[in-house]
Amino acid sequence: MTRVTSTLVHAKGLTKHFGSFEAVRGIDVEVSKGEAFGFLGPNGAGKSSTMRMVSCVSPRTGGELSVLGMDPDVDGPKIRARIGVVPQQDNLDTELTIRQNLQVYGRYFGLSRAAVRERAVELMEFAQLSDRADAEVEPLSGGMKRRLTIARSLVNDPDLLLLDEPTTGLDPQARHLLWDRLFRLKQSGVTLIITTHYMDEAEQLCDRLVVMDGGRIAAEGSPSELIRQYSTKEVLELRFPPGEQSADEVRDLAERVEILPDRVLLYTADGEAALSAAHARGVRPVSSLVRRSTLEDVFLRLTGRTLVD
Amino acid sequence: MSTRLTRTGDPNLQDPNSKDPNLEDPNVTDPNLTEPVVTGARVVGSWRAALLVVENHWTWYRRNWRATVISSFLQPVLFLLAMGVGFGSQVQVGEATDGYRYVVFLAPALLVITAVQNSMFESTWSVFAAFKWQRTYFAMVSSPLTSTQVLYGQLLWNAVRLAAGAIVFLGIAVALGAITSPSALLAVPFAVLAGMAFSAPAVAYTATREKPDSFNAIFRFLVMPMTLFTGGFYPMSQLPDWIHPLAWVTPVWHGIELARGVTFGTLRLLPALGHVAYLCALIALGVVLGRRYFHRRLAV
Repeated sequence: MTRVTSTLVHAKGLTKHFGSFEAVRGIDVEVSKGEAFGFLGPNGAGKSSTMRMVSCVSPRTGGELSVLGMDPDVDGPKIRARIGVVPQQDNLDTELTIRQNLQVYGRYFGLSRAAVRERAVELMEFAQLSDRADAEVEPLSGGMKRRLTIARSLVNDPDLLLLDEPTTGLDPQARHLLWDRLFRLKQSGVTLIITTHYMDEAEQLCDRLVVMDGGRIAAEGSPSELIRQYSTKEVLELRFPPGEQSADEVRDLAERVEILPDRVLLYTADGEAALSAAHARGVRPVSSLVRRSTLEDVFLRLTGRTLVD
Repeated sequence: MSTRLTRTGDPNLQDPNSKDPNLEDPNVTDPNLTEPVVTGARVVGSWRAALLVVENHWTWYRRNWRATVISSFLQPVLFLLAMGVGFGSQVQVGEATDGYRYVVFLAPALLVITAVQNSMFESTWSVFAAFKWQRTYFAMVSSPLTSTQVLYGQLLWNAVRLAAGAIVFLGIAVALGAITSPSALLAVPFAVLAGMAFSAPAVAYTATREKPDSFNAIFRFLVMPMTLFTGGFYPMSQLPDWIHPLAWVTPVWHGIELARGVTFGTLRLLPALGHVAYLCALIALGVVLGRRYFHRRLAV
């Protein structure tokens, strides 16, 4: 029996190049046992490349990387035996049944036929797939396929679970069910590493996260720390008819003001106070909204509002 | 067997079956729930790994074999009926047919041709799907399996499929009176060898493809000529001399020489060794390239 050290993933100056393209440009990451750690970032930020290096399927270009105390370049198969991977794109055997997918995959980890039979039943129960156990995968909904992919990643009872955009493309019901399952895993002590570009997902699941942009880490901390550091407690949104918004009268009411095509955002500790002050100065928006700052504000501040493709 | 999913403080997760002693790993004597649980997960040996990939294909085959029957078995049998029995009734027994009835002359060659044609589909479309459409190879290399083991498993499975196809074909040929000598059984390994000599390079080639555009062209302009102009349906001597060297580089010609020779008892040792060596060289080339291309595709 191997005792797991407290640092499950350690990366220092980690880089990944594809030809002349630098997908990951030197990142430092530490993930401890029992943590739920998130990589946030827009498309092309280098999240998936990082995940593929950590899951030991993609060799690193440079820097240090150790997973479960081992070097992926040396002990890739050994590490993979003890981690679970949920890739961004499902890669289920769609012409097999749900049960067969779990059993066949479990066999790759050296589990006996009897063991994978038992395990498949447990996992289908966990992923709420039992009533479709012997249905072929192809016609299943996206949410069911995703749940099966997650169930499959648990077949070896992993010490570390890597989820690359686990809920992208799912409807709200399916997302909430998945979050519930992931939360249970976290409660049972499984270390999670999640990439996402959904802020609510990161706030729901992650104890600690990094925001990646352009292959680098732009910020690191817990969701609340990041909000404190990179945004204000509250945000006042003043909505104007397009083209009529102006920040001049309100600029000094907030720590930071952002002008969007239809809105002016005031980042401030007290949104209501700022709103009264704006009213007092005769500012008459079409509508106004005071809300708490979210991770989304942090994200947009750090990675910009420009569309990334 | 570990049951960590059910071993938590959350009562909702408590599976009533978890007390079943059969679910417990026999190595875990202390049921202390806070201890990390021993899992059976481990890295399996290389050959075992390739066999597990075969097991995956076998699981698929058990569900879907009906769909493969037409292309793998029915088509060659129709060929044997049309060419051997029908067309062959018009062919005089003579030097051109090695002194046998035409259907008897044709059967061992058709065994090889069938193997190569079957290997074509297994090596292109199926492999392409596993890279691109279903991406199942990517799932495999996320487990302890390596890209090389995935390749070996695929090739091993192809060989099993070819052998099974050849044996069934042989049985039907016997029933149709196209096989008269038990030595035809020895032609099966040669048919598989010839099929794999096409399969291994084809699998490697497929691993480099981003689109399946070329596969139909390969069938029409490579596989079909290989089966029509390599002495299977009529002696090579009927063809102009410049075609002969082209036939000699194909695995089909070598396979037909071996299969027919061993069936009719005319195979001599040295040429046989030459044919086998050439086919093995093609397989080796395919394996070397395949290892490189599978790694390049799966471990980036």
